[in-house]
Amino acid sequence: MRKIPAPSVNPENKPYFDAASAGKLLVKFCGACEEYHHYPRSICPFCFSDRTEWRAAKGAGTVYTCSVLRRGVPEPYCIAYVTLEEGVSMLTNIVDCDLDAVKIGMKVKVVFKPSDGGPPVPMFTPA
Amino acid sequence: MSIKGKACIVGAYEHPTRKAPDKSVAQLHAEVAKGALEDAGLTRGDIDGYFCAGDAPGLGPMSMIDYMGLKVRHVDSTDTGGSSYLIHVAHAAEAIALGKCNVALVTLAGRPRSEGSSGTQPRSWGANLPDAPFEAPYGIVTANSYAMVAARHMHEYGTTSEQLAWVKVAASHHAQHNPHAMLREVVTVKEVLDSPVIADPLHRMDCCVVSDGGGAVIVARTEIAKSLKRPVVKLLGAGEAPKGQAGGKLSLTTSGAAWSGAAAFEEAGVKPADIQYASIYDSFTITVVVQIEDLGFCKKGEGGKFVADGNLISGTGKLPFNTDGGGLCNNHPANRGGMTKIIEAVRQLRGEAHPQVQVKNCGLALAQGTGGQLGARHTSATLIMERA
Repeated sequence: MRKIPAPSVNPENKPYFDAASAGKLLVKFCGACEEYHHYPRSICPFCFSDRTEWRAAKGAGTVYTCSVLRRGVPEPYCIAYVTLEEGVSMLTNIVDCDLDAVKIGMKVKVVFKPSDGGPPVPMFTPA
Repeated sequence: MSIKGKACIVGAYEHPTRKAPDKSVAQLHAEVAKGALEDAGLTRGDIDGYFCAGDAPGLGPMSMIDYMGLKVRHVDSTDTGGSSYLIHVAHAAEAIALGKCNVALVTLAGRPRSEGSSGTQPRSWGANLPDAPFEAPYGIVTANSYAMVAARHMHEYGTTSEQLAWVKVAASHHAQHNPHAMLREVVTVKEVLDSPVIADPLHRMDCCVVSDGGGAVIVARTEIAKSLKRPVVKLLGAGEAPKGQAGGKLSLTTSGAAWSGAAAFEEAGVKPADIQYASIYDSFTITVVVQIEDLGFCKKGEGGKFVADGNLISGTGKLPFNTDGGGLCNNHPANRGGMTKIIEAVRQLRGEAHPQVQVKNCGLALAQGTGGQLGARHTSATLIMERA
Protein backbone atom coordinates (compact mmCIF):
# COMPACT_ATOMS: atom_id res chain seq x y z
CA MET A 1 0.00 0.00 0.00
CA ARG A 2 1.21 3.50 -0.81
CA LYS A 3 2.35 5.83 1.97
CA ILE A 4 -0.58 8.04 2.95
CA PRO A 5 0.58 11.64 3.55
CA ALA A 6 -0.32 12.72 7.09
CA PRO A 7 -3.08 15.32 7.28
CA SER A 8 -2.00 18.58 8.91
CA VAL A 9 -3.99 18.75 12.13
CA ASN A 10 -4.97 22.19 13.43
CA PRO A 11 -7.19 23.39 16.31
CA GLU A 12 -10.24 23.61 14.02
CA ASN A 13 -10.03 20.11 12.55
CA LYS A 14 -8.53 18.27 15.55
CA PRO A 15 -11.83 16.71 16.75
CA TYR A 16 -12.28 15.14 13.30
CA PHE A 17 -8.89 13.47 13.38
CA ASP A 18 -9.15 12.55 17.08
CA ALA A 19 -12.38 10.75 16.21
CA ALA A 20 -10.67 9.08 13.25
CA SER A 21 -8.05 7.78 15.68
CA ALA A 22 -10.93 6.20 17.61
CA GLY A 23 -12.38 4.71 14.39
CA LYS A 24 -15.24 7.20 14.08
CA LEU A 25 -16.19 9.40 11.14
CA LEU A 26 -17.50 12.83 12.11
CA VAL A 27 -19.36 15.29 9.92
CA LYS A 28 -20.25 18.89 10.67
CA PHE A 29 -23.90 19.89 11.10
CA CYS A 30 -25.22 23.45 11.33
CA GLY A 31 -27.80 24.09 14.02
CA ALA A 32 -29.02 27.23 12.27
CA CYS A 33 -29.71 25.98 8.72
CA GLU A 34 -29.79 22.27 9.65
CA GLU A 35 -27.46 21.28 6.83
CA TYR A 36 -24.46 18.98 6.94
CA HIS A 37 -21.27 20.15 5.28
CA HIS A 38 -17.83 18.75 4.45
CA TYR A 39 -14.91 19.43 4.81
CA PRO A 40 -15.71 20.62 8.32
CA ARG A 41 -15.64 24.34 9.16
CA SER A 42 -16.31 26.17 12.43
CA ILE A 43 -18.56 28.55 10.48
CA CYS A 44 -21.23 27.08 8.20
CA PRO A 45 -20.39 27.58 4.49
CA PHE A 46 -24.12 27.71 3.64
CA CYS A 47 -25.55 30.22 6.13
CA PHE A 48 -22.38 31.56 7.84
CA SER A 49 -23.68 30.69 11.29
CA ASP A 50 -21.19 29.69 13.98
CA ARG A 51 -23.66 27.22 15.47
CA THR A 52 -21.93 24.23 13.88
CA GLU A 53 -21.53 20.95 15.75
CA TRP A 54 -19.86 17.59 15.20
CA ARG A 55 -22.15 14.66 14.45
CA ALA A 56 -21.25 11.00 14.09
CA ALA A 57 -21.71 9.96 10.47
CA LYS A 58 -23.22 6.58 9.67
CA GLY A 59 -20.09 5.78 7.71
CA ALA A 60 -22.04 4.62 4.68
CA GLY A 61 -22.18 6.20 1.26
CA THR A 62 -22.22 5.89 -2.51
CA VAL A 63 -19.41 6.47 -5.00
CA TYR A 64 -20.13 9.81 -6.76
CA THR A 65 -17.09 9.52 -9.04
CA CYS A 66 -13.79 7.66 -9.07
CA SER A 67 -10.53 7.24 -10.99
CA VAL A 68 -7.59 4.86 -10.72
CA LEU A 69 -4.27 6.66 -11.20
CA ARG A 70 -2.08 4.21 -13.12
CA ARG A 71 1.02 6.13 -14.25
CA GLY A 72 3.71 8.08 -12.47
CA VAL A 73 3.02 6.36 -9.15
CA PRO A 74 4.62 3.26 -7.57
CA GLU A 75 1.29 1.44 -7.56
CA PRO A 76 -2.19 2.33 -8.79
CA TYR A 77 -4.71 3.75 -6.33
CA CYS A 78 -8.35 4.75 -6.59
CA ILE A 79 -9.39 8.29 -5.74
CA ALA A 80 -13.10 9.01 -5.36
CA TYR A 81 -15.73 11.33 -4.06
CA VAL A 82 -18.16 9.41 -1.85
CA THR A 83 -21.57 10.89 -1.07
CA LEU A 84 -22.37 10.08 2.54
CA GLU A 85 -25.87 9.13 3.65
CA GLU A 86 -25.84 12.53 5.38
CA GLY A 87 -25.86 14.10 1.89
CA VAL A 88 -22.37 15.54 1.59
CA SER A 89 -19.60 14.30 -0.68
CA MET A 90 -16.03 13.79 0.55
CA LEU A 91 -12.78 13.16 -1.27
CA THR A 92 -11.37 9.76 -0.34
CA ASN A 93 -9.80 6.54 -1.59
CA ILE A 94 -11.56 3.26 -2.29
CA VAL A 95 -9.42 0.48 -0.84
CA ASP A 96 -9.26 -3.24 -0.02
CA CYS A 97 -10.94 -4.35 -3.23
CA ASP A 98 -10.40 -4.92 -6.95
CA LEU A 99 -9.84 -1.33 -8.10
CA ASP A 100 -11.08 -2.13 -11.62
CA ALA A 101 -14.44 -3.13 -10.14
CA VAL A 102 -15.07 0.23 -8.43
CA LYS A 103 -17.97 1.96 -10.16
CA ILE A 104 -20.00 5.12 -9.74
CA GLY A 105 -23.09 4.32 -7.68
CA MET A 106 -21.38 1.54 -5.72
CA LYS A 107 -22.37 1.34 -2.03
CA VAL A 108 -19.36 1.75 0.26
CA LYS A 109 -18.57 1.84 3.98
CA VAL A 110 -15.88 3.65 5.90
CA VAL A 111 -12.59 2.09 7.00
CA PHE A 112 -9.66 3.87 8.61
CA LYS A 113 -6.11 3.65 7.27
CA PRO A 114 -2.93 4.76 9.00
CA SER A 115 -1.18 7.82 7.61
CA ASP A 116 2.56 8.34 7.49
CA GLY A 117 3.28 9.84 10.90
CA GLY A 118 -0.17 11.32 11.53
CA PRO A 119 -3.65 10.23 12.55
CA PRO A 120 -5.53 7.61 10.52
CA VAL A 121 -7.75 8.89 7.72
CA PRO A 122 -11.18 7.68 6.58
CA MET A 123 -11.32 5.68 3.36
CA PHE A 124 -14.04 3.48 1.90
CA THR A 125 -14.46 -0.11 0.81
CA PRO A 126 -17.38 -1.84 -0.95
CA ALA A 127 -20.24 -2.38 1.52
CA MET B 1 -19.66 50.86 -15.83
CA SER B 2 -18.49 48.39 -18.44
CA ILE B 3 -15.11 47.65 -20.01
CA LYS B 4 -16.82 47.37 -23.38
CA GLY B 5 -14.82 49.24 -25.98
CA LYS B 6 -12.62 50.98 -23.37
CA ALA B 7 -9.47 48.94 -23.92
CA CYS B 8 -7.72 46.87 -26.57
CA ILE B 9 -5.06 44.20 -26.76
CA VAL B 10 -2.29 45.98 -28.63
CA GLY B 11 0.60 43.59 -28.16
CA ALA B 12 0.89 39.81 -27.96
CA TYR B 13 3.91 37.54 -27.91
CA GLU B 14 4.39 33.83 -27.33
CA HIS B 15 7.89 32.68 -26.49
CA PRO B 16 9.08 30.19 -29.12
CA THR B 17 10.89 27.99 -26.59
CA ARG B 18 9.32 24.78 -25.31
CA LYS B 19 12.37 23.74 -23.26
CA ALA B 20 14.56 26.35 -21.64
CA PRO B 21 17.10 24.74 -19.30
CA ASP B 22 19.54 27.56 -20.09
CA LYS B 23 17.25 30.44 -19.10
CA SER B 24 15.91 31.73 -15.78
CA VAL B 25 12.19 32.22 -15.15
CA ALA B 26 12.67 35.97 -14.62
CA GLN B 27 14.55 36.15 -17.91
CA LEU B 28 11.66 34.43 -19.71
CA HIS B 29 9.22 36.97 -18.21
CA ALA B 30 11.40 39.83 -19.47
CA GLU B 31 11.84 38.24 -22.90
CA VAL B 32 8.08 37.90 -23.43
CA ALA B 33 7.55 41.46 -22.19
CA LYS B 34 10.09 42.68 -24.73
CA GLY B 35 8.44 40.61 -27.45
CA ALA B 36 4.98 42.01 -26.71
CA LEU B 37 6.30 45.61 -26.67
CA GLU B 38 7.96 45.11 -30.06
CA ASP B 39 4.77 43.54 -31.41
CA ALA B 40 2.75 46.55 -30.23
CA GLY B 41 5.25 49.15 -31.36
CA LEU B 42 5.54 50.52 -27.83
CA THR B 43 8.49 50.99 -25.51
CA ARG B 44 9.02 49.98 -21.91
CA GLY B 45 8.49 53.55 -20.78
CA ASP B 46 4.92 53.45 -22.08
CA ILE B 47 3.95 50.78 -19.54
CA ASP B 48 2.21 52.19 -16.46
CA GLY B 49 0.44 49.05 -15.22
CA TYR B 50 1.84 45.56 -14.52
CA PHE B 51 -0.05 42.31 -14.01
CA CYS B 52 1.32 38.88 -13.13
CA ALA B 53 0.37 35.74 -11.18
CA GLY B 54 2.11 33.10 -9.08
CA ASP B 55 4.45 31.99 -11.86
CA ALA B 56 6.27 35.33 -11.54
CA PRO B 57 9.10 34.90 -9.04
CA GLY B 58 8.86 37.00 -5.90
CA LEU B 59 6.18 38.52 -3.74
CA GLY B 60 3.36 39.49 -6.08
CA PRO B 61 4.60 41.79 -8.85
CA MET B 62 7.47 43.38 -6.93
CA SER B 63 10.51 41.38 -8.00
CA MET B 64 9.57 41.39 -11.68
CA ILE B 65 8.84 45.14 -11.68
CA ASP B 66 12.27 45.72 -10.15
CA TYR B 67 13.98 43.20 -12.48
CA MET B 68 12.49 44.76 -15.61
CA GLY B 69 12.96 48.33 -14.41
CA LEU B 70 9.28 49.18 -14.86
CA LYS B 71 7.79 52.41 -13.58
CA VAL B 72 4.11 51.70 -13.00
CA ARG B 73 1.23 53.27 -11.08
CA HIS B 74 -1.08 50.25 -11.05
CA VAL B 75 -0.40 46.60 -10.14
CA ASP B 76 -2.48 43.43 -9.83
CA SER B 77 -1.22 39.95 -8.98
CA THR B 78 -4.53 38.10 -8.87
CA ASP B 79 -3.71 34.39 -8.98
CA THR B 80 -6.34 31.91 -10.10
CA GLY B 81 -3.87 29.50 -11.67
CA GLY B 82 -4.03 29.09 -15.43
CA SER B 83 -6.99 31.45 -15.85
CA SER B 84 -5.17 34.36 -14.14
CA TYR B 85 -4.10 36.05 -17.37
CA LEU B 86 -7.63 36.35 -18.75
CA ILE B 87 -8.61 37.96 -15.48
CA HIS B 88 -5.56 40.23 -15.72
CA VAL B 89 -6.68 41.44 -19.14
CA ALA B 90 -10.16 42.14 -17.77
CA HIS B 91 -8.78 43.89 -14.68
CA ALA B 92 -6.40 45.90 -16.87
CA ALA B 93 -9.37 47.02 -18.96
CA GLU B 94 -11.21 48.01 -15.76
CA ALA B 95 -8.18 49.96 -14.53
CA ILE B 96 -7.90 51.70 -17.91
CA ALA B 97 -11.62 52.52 -17.87
CA LEU B 98 -11.15 54.08 -14.42
CA GLY B 99 -8.08 56.05 -15.51
CA LYS B 100 -5.72 54.11 -13.23
CA CYS B 101 -3.36 53.27 -16.08
CA ASN B 102 -3.09 53.55 -19.86
CA VAL B 103 -0.82 50.72 -20.97
CA ALA B 104 -0.81 47.47 -18.99
CA LEU B 105 1.68 44.65 -19.37
CA VAL B 106 0.69 41.06 -18.45
CA THR B 107 3.40 38.39 -18.35
CA LEU B 108 3.53 34.63 -17.82
CA ALA B 109 6.56 32.35 -17.91
CA GLY B 110 7.86 29.16 -16.38
CA ARG B 111 10.04 26.10 -16.80
CA PRO B 112 8.04 23.13 -15.50
CA ARG B 113 9.48 20.85 -18.22
CA SER B 114 13.08 21.63 -17.29
CA GLU B 115 12.16 21.32 -13.64
CA GLY B 116 10.63 17.85 -14.09
CA SER B 117 7.00 18.71 -13.34
CA SER B 118 4.19 16.28 -14.22
CA GLY B 119 0.46 16.01 -13.79
CA THR B 120 0.76 12.89 -11.66
CA GLN B 121 2.79 14.59 -8.93
CA PRO B 122 1.20 15.85 -5.73
CA ARG B 123 1.26 19.63 -5.54
CA SER B 124 2.78 21.46 -2.61
CA TRP B 125 0.20 22.27 0.02
CA GLY B 126 0.48 25.30 2.26
CA ALA B 127 0.44 24.51 5.99
CA ASN B 128 -2.70 26.56 6.60
CA LEU B 129 -4.82 25.43 3.65
CA PRO B 130 -8.17 24.47 5.16
CA ASP B 131 -8.91 21.84 2.51
CA ALA B 132 -5.51 20.14 2.42
CA PRO B 133 -5.96 17.84 5.45
CA PHE B 134 -9.06 16.41 3.76
CA GLU B 135 -7.47 15.99 0.33
CA ALA B 136 -3.69 15.53 0.47
CA PRO B 137 -3.89 12.10 2.17
CA TYR B 138 -5.87 10.75 -0.78
CA GLY B 139 -3.30 11.56 -3.46
CA ILE B 140 -5.25 14.07 -5.52
CA VAL B 141 -3.08 15.22 -8.42
CA THR B 142 -3.96 17.13 -11.58
CA ALA B 143 -4.60 14.03 -13.69
CA ASN B 144 -6.91 12.11 -11.35
CA SER B 145 -8.76 15.29 -10.39
CA TYR B 146 -9.81 15.93 -14.00
CA ALA B 147 -10.31 12.19 -14.55
CA MET B 148 -12.99 12.20 -11.85
CA VAL B 149 -14.79 14.94 -13.77
CA ALA B 150 -14.58 12.88 -16.96
CA ALA B 151 -15.87 9.76 -15.21
CA ARG B 152 -18.84 11.63 -13.78
CA HIS B 153 -19.59 13.36 -17.10
CA MET B 154 -19.62 9.95 -18.81
CA HIS B 155 -21.91 8.59 -16.09
CA GLU B 156 -24.39 11.47 -16.22
CA TYR B 157 -24.46 12.16 -19.95
CA GLY B 158 -23.10 9.10 -21.71
CA THR B 159 -20.03 10.95 -22.97
CA THR B 160 -17.51 8.51 -24.47
CA SER B 161 -13.73 8.24 -24.66
CA GLU B 162 -14.06 8.44 -28.46
CA GLN B 163 -15.78 11.82 -28.15
CA LEU B 164 -13.10 13.12 -25.78
CA ALA B 165 -10.44 11.88 -28.21
CA TRP B 166 -11.88 14.13 -30.94
CA VAL B 167 -10.74 17.16 -28.93
CA LYS B 168 -7.13 15.97 -29.17
CA VAL B 169 -7.53 14.99 -32.81
CA ALA B 170 -8.74 18.52 -33.66
CA ALA B 171 -5.88 20.11 -31.71
CA SER B 172 -3.37 17.92 -33.56
CA HIS B 173 -4.82 18.95 -36.94
CA HIS B 174 -4.03 22.54 -35.98
CA ALA B 175 -0.64 21.86 -34.39
CA GLN B 176 0.78 20.35 -37.59
CA HIS B 177 0.95 23.90 -38.96
CA ASN B 178 2.68 25.40 -35.91
CA PRO B 179 6.47 25.09 -36.20
CA HIS B 180 6.86 25.78 -32.46
CA ALA B 181 4.32 23.16 -31.28
CA MET B 182 5.69 20.42 -29.06
CA LEU B 183 3.56 17.74 -30.74
CA ARG B 184 3.02 18.34 -34.46
CA GLU B 185 1.91 14.89 -35.57
CA VAL B 186 -1.73 14.51 -36.61
CA VAL B 187 -3.32 11.76 -34.49
CA THR B 188 -6.46 9.67 -34.87
CA VAL B 189 -9.18 8.77 -32.40
CA LYS B 190 -7.78 5.24 -32.31
CA GLU B 191 -4.29 6.51 -31.47
CA VAL B 192 -5.69 8.52 -28.56
CA LEU B 193 -7.58 5.49 -27.26
CA ASP B 194 -4.50 3.28 -27.72
CA SER B 195 -2.30 5.63 -25.69
CA PRO B 196 -1.76 4.42 -22.11
CA VAL B 197 -4.39 5.18 -19.50
CA ILE B 198 -3.00 7.72 -17.04
CA ALA B 199 -6.03 8.03 -14.75
CA ASP B 200 -9.26 6.27 -15.80
CA PRO B 201 -10.85 7.28 -18.12
CA LEU B 202 -8.15 9.68 -19.38
CA HIS B 203 -5.40 8.48 -21.69
CA ARG B 204 -2.02 10.08 -22.14
CA MET B 205 -3.27 11.89 -25.26
CA ASP B 206 -6.21 13.31 -23.29
CA CYS B 207 -3.63 15.27 -21.26
CA CYS B 208 -1.88 18.52 -22.18
CA VAL B 209 1.85 18.80 -22.60
CA VAL B 210 4.27 20.01 -19.94
CA SER B 211 6.36 22.75 -21.50
CA ASP B 212 8.63 25.64 -20.69
CA GLY B 213 8.04 29.06 -22.16
CA GLY B 214 5.70 31.95 -21.65
CA GLY B 215 3.79 34.76 -23.20
CA ALA B 216 2.78 38.38 -22.70
CA VAL B 217 0.04 40.72 -23.80
CA ILE B 218 -0.27 44.47 -23.62
CA VAL B 219 -3.64 46.08 -22.95
CA ALA B 220 -4.03 49.77 -23.79
CA ARG B 221 -6.62 52.51 -23.85
CA THR B 222 -8.57 52.40 -27.12
CA GLU B 223 -7.31 55.84 -28.25
CA ILE B 224 -3.72 54.57 -27.87
CA ALA B 225 -4.57 51.36 -29.71
CA LYS B 226 -5.90 53.34 -32.65
CA SER B 227 -2.65 55.35 -32.86
CA LEU B 228 -0.57 52.16 -33.28
CA LYS B 229 0.10 50.35 -36.55
CA ARG B 230 -1.34 46.96 -35.53
CA PRO B 231 -4.92 45.75 -36.12
CA VAL B 232 -7.15 46.83 -33.23
CA VAL B 233 -8.45 44.02 -31.00
CA LYS B 234 -11.12 45.52 -28.79
CA LEU B 235 -12.32 43.99 -25.50
CA LEU B 236 -16.08 43.64 -25.40
CA GLY B 237 -16.82 41.66 -22.28
CA ALA B 238 -15.32 39.61 -19.48
CA GLY B 239 -16.36 37.34 -16.66
CA GLU B 240 -14.70 35.53 -13.78
CA ALA B 241 -16.20 32.80 -11.59
CA PRO B 242 -14.66 30.65 -8.86
CA LYS B 243 -16.32 27.31 -8.14
CA GLY B 244 -15.44 24.74 -5.51
CA GLN B 245 -16.85 21.78 -3.63
CA ALA B 246 -19.71 23.85 -2.23
CA GLY B 247 -19.48 22.49 1.30
CA GLY B 248 -19.84 18.95 -0.01
CA LYS B 249 -22.92 19.58 -2.20
CA LEU B 250 -20.77 18.59 -5.11
CA SER B 251 -21.45 18.98 -8.80
CA LEU B 252 -18.35 18.22 -10.84
CA THR B 253 -19.86 18.35 -14.32
CA THR B 254 -20.49 22.10 -14.37
CA SER B 255 -17.64 24.60 -14.39
CA GLY B 256 -17.47 28.26 -13.47
CA ALA B 257 -17.67 28.96 -17.21
CA ALA B 258 -21.46 28.79 -16.79
CA TRP B 259 -21.21 32.08 -14.88
CA SER B 260 -18.07 33.71 -16.33
CA GLY B 261 -19.34 33.01 -19.85
CA ALA B 262 -22.81 34.36 -19.17
CA ALA B 263 -21.33 37.54 -17.68
CA ALA B 264 -18.99 38.05 -20.62
CA PHE B 265 -21.71 37.46 -23.23
CA GLU B 266 -24.02 39.87 -21.44
CA GLU B 267 -21.40 42.60 -21.23
CA ALA B 268 -20.35 42.09 -24.85
CA GLY B 269 -23.95 41.99 -26.07
CA VAL B 270 -23.32 38.93 -28.25
CA LYS B 271 -24.41 35.27 -28.25
CA PRO B 272 -22.41 32.04 -28.41
CA ALA B 273 -23.61 31.54 -32.01
CA ASP B 274 -21.91 34.84 -32.97
CA ILE B 275 -18.44 33.61 -31.95
CA GLN B 276 -16.25 32.79 -34.96
CA TYR B 277 -13.22 31.46 -33.09
CA ALA B 278 -12.80 30.16 -29.53
CA SER B 279 -9.68 29.50 -27.47
CA ILE B 280 -10.84 26.96 -24.90
CA TYR B 281 -8.59 25.94 -22.02
CA ASP B 282 -7.47 22.39 -22.73
CA SER B 283 -5.57 21.04 -19.76
CA PHE B 284 -7.39 17.82 -20.61
CA THR B 285 -9.88 16.89 -23.32
CA ILE B 286 -12.70 16.78 -20.74
CA THR B 287 -11.92 20.39 -19.74
CA VAL B 288 -12.88 21.49 -23.25
CA VAL B 289 -16.13 19.51 -23.33
CA VAL B 290 -17.34 20.87 -20.00
CA GLN B 291 -16.50 24.49 -20.87
CA ILE B 292 -18.08 24.30 -24.34
CA GLU B 293 -21.34 23.23 -22.69
CA ASP B 294 -21.13 25.83 -19.93
CA LEU B 295 -20.37 28.65 -22.39
CA GLY B 296 -23.56 27.75 -24.23
CA PHE B 297 -22.11 26.48 -27.51
CA CYS B 298 -24.34 23.43 -26.95
CA LYS B 299 -26.72 22.13 -24.30
CA LYS B 300 -25.41 20.70 -21.02
CA GLY B 301 -24.49 17.07 -21.55
CA GLU B 302 -24.18 17.37 -25.32
CA GLY B 303 -20.53 18.50 -25.36
CA GLY B 304 -19.30 15.05 -26.30
CA LYS B 305 -21.50 14.93 -29.38
CA PHE B 306 -20.62 18.56 -30.19
CA VAL B 307 -16.84 18.01 -30.30
CA ALA B 308 -17.00 14.73 -32.25
CA ASP B 309 -16.34 14.25 -35.95
CA GLY B 310 -13.99 17.20 -36.33
CA ASN B 311 -16.41 19.92 -35.26
CA LEU B 312 -13.55 21.85 -33.60
CA ILE B 313 -11.27 21.74 -36.66
CA SER B 314 -10.77 25.07 -38.41
CA GLY B 315 -12.16 25.06 -41.92
CA THR B 316 -14.45 22.08 -41.47
CA GLY B 317 -15.99 22.31 -38.00
CA LYS B 318 -18.60 24.71 -36.65
CA LEU B 319 -16.43 25.98 -33.79
CA PRO B 320 -12.74 26.36 -34.73
CA PHE B 321 -10.80 26.12 -31.48
CA ASN B 322 -7.17 26.37 -30.33
CA THR B 323 -5.72 26.83 -33.79
CA ASP B 324 -2.18 26.96 -32.38
CA GLY B 325 -2.56 23.36 -31.20
CA GLY B 326 -3.52 24.44 -27.69
CA GLY B 327 -2.22 22.95 -24.49
CA LEU B 328 -2.85 19.47 -25.86
CA CYS B 329 -0.25 19.84 -28.63
CA ASN B 330 1.46 23.23 -28.67
CA ASN B 331 2.38 24.67 -25.32
CA HIS B 332 1.32 24.88 -21.66
CA PRO B 333 3.97 27.20 -20.22
CA ALA B 334 4.29 27.25 -16.42
CA ASN B 335 1.44 24.67 -16.36
CA ARG B 336 -0.82 27.67 -16.93
CA GLY B 337 -2.56 27.84 -20.28
CA GLY B 338 -4.56 31.06 -20.09
CA MET B 339 -2.01 33.35 -21.72
CA THR B 340 -1.62 31.26 -24.86
CA LYS B 341 -5.43 31.16 -25.14
CA ILE B 342 -5.51 34.95 -25.35
CA ILE B 343 -2.59 35.13 -27.76
CA GLU B 344 -4.10 32.76 -30.34
CA ALA B 345 -7.44 34.61 -30.19
CA VAL B 346 -5.55 37.85 -30.90
CA ARG B 347 -3.76 36.20 -33.84
CA GLN B 348 -7.11 35.08 -35.26
CA LEU B 349 -8.67 38.53 -34.92
CA ARG B 350 -5.63 40.15 -36.54
CA GLY B 351 -5.76 37.61 -39.36
CA GLU B 352 -2.29 36.44 -38.36
CA ALA B 353 -2.95 32.80 -37.51
CA HIS B 354 -1.35 30.23 -39.81
CA PRO B 355 -3.10 30.46 -43.21
CA GLN B 356 -4.14 26.79 -42.96
CA VAL B 357 -6.08 27.45 -39.74
CA GLN B 358 -7.01 31.13 -40.06
CA VAL B 359 -10.77 31.66 -39.71
CA LYS B 360 -12.02 33.74 -42.67
CA ASN B 361 -12.87 37.34 -41.73
CA CYS B 362 -12.59 36.52 -38.05
CA GLY B 363 -14.29 39.43 -36.33
CA LEU B 364 -15.42 38.01 -33.00
CA ALA B 365 -13.47 35.65 -30.74
CA LEU B 366 -13.69 34.22 -27.26
CA ALA B 367 -10.95 33.07 -24.90
CA GLN B 368 -11.82 30.79 -22.00
CA GLY B 369 -9.63 29.75 -19.08
CA THR B 370 -9.92 27.35 -16.17
CA GLY B 371 -7.38 27.64 -13.36
CA GLY B 372 -6.89 25.24 -10.48
CA GLN B 373 -8.64 21.88 -10.71
CA LEU B 374 -12.10 21.14 -12.06
CA GLY B 375 -12.15 18.16 -9.69
CA ALA B 376 -11.65 20.27 -6.58
CA ARG B 377 -11.60 24.08 -6.84
CA HIS B 378 -11.15 26.18 -9.94
CA THR B 379 -11.76 29.64 -11.34
CA SER B 380 -13.16 30.19 -14.81
CA ALA B 381 -12.48 33.34 -16.79
CA THR B 382 -13.93 34.42 -20.13
CA LEU B 383 -12.93 37.20 -22.53
CA ILE B 384 -14.81 38.28 -25.64
CA MET B 385 -12.92 40.35 -28.19
CA GLU B 386 -13.62 41.86 -31.59
CA ARG B 387 -11.64 43.10 -34.51
CA ALA B 388 -12.43 46.79 -34.61
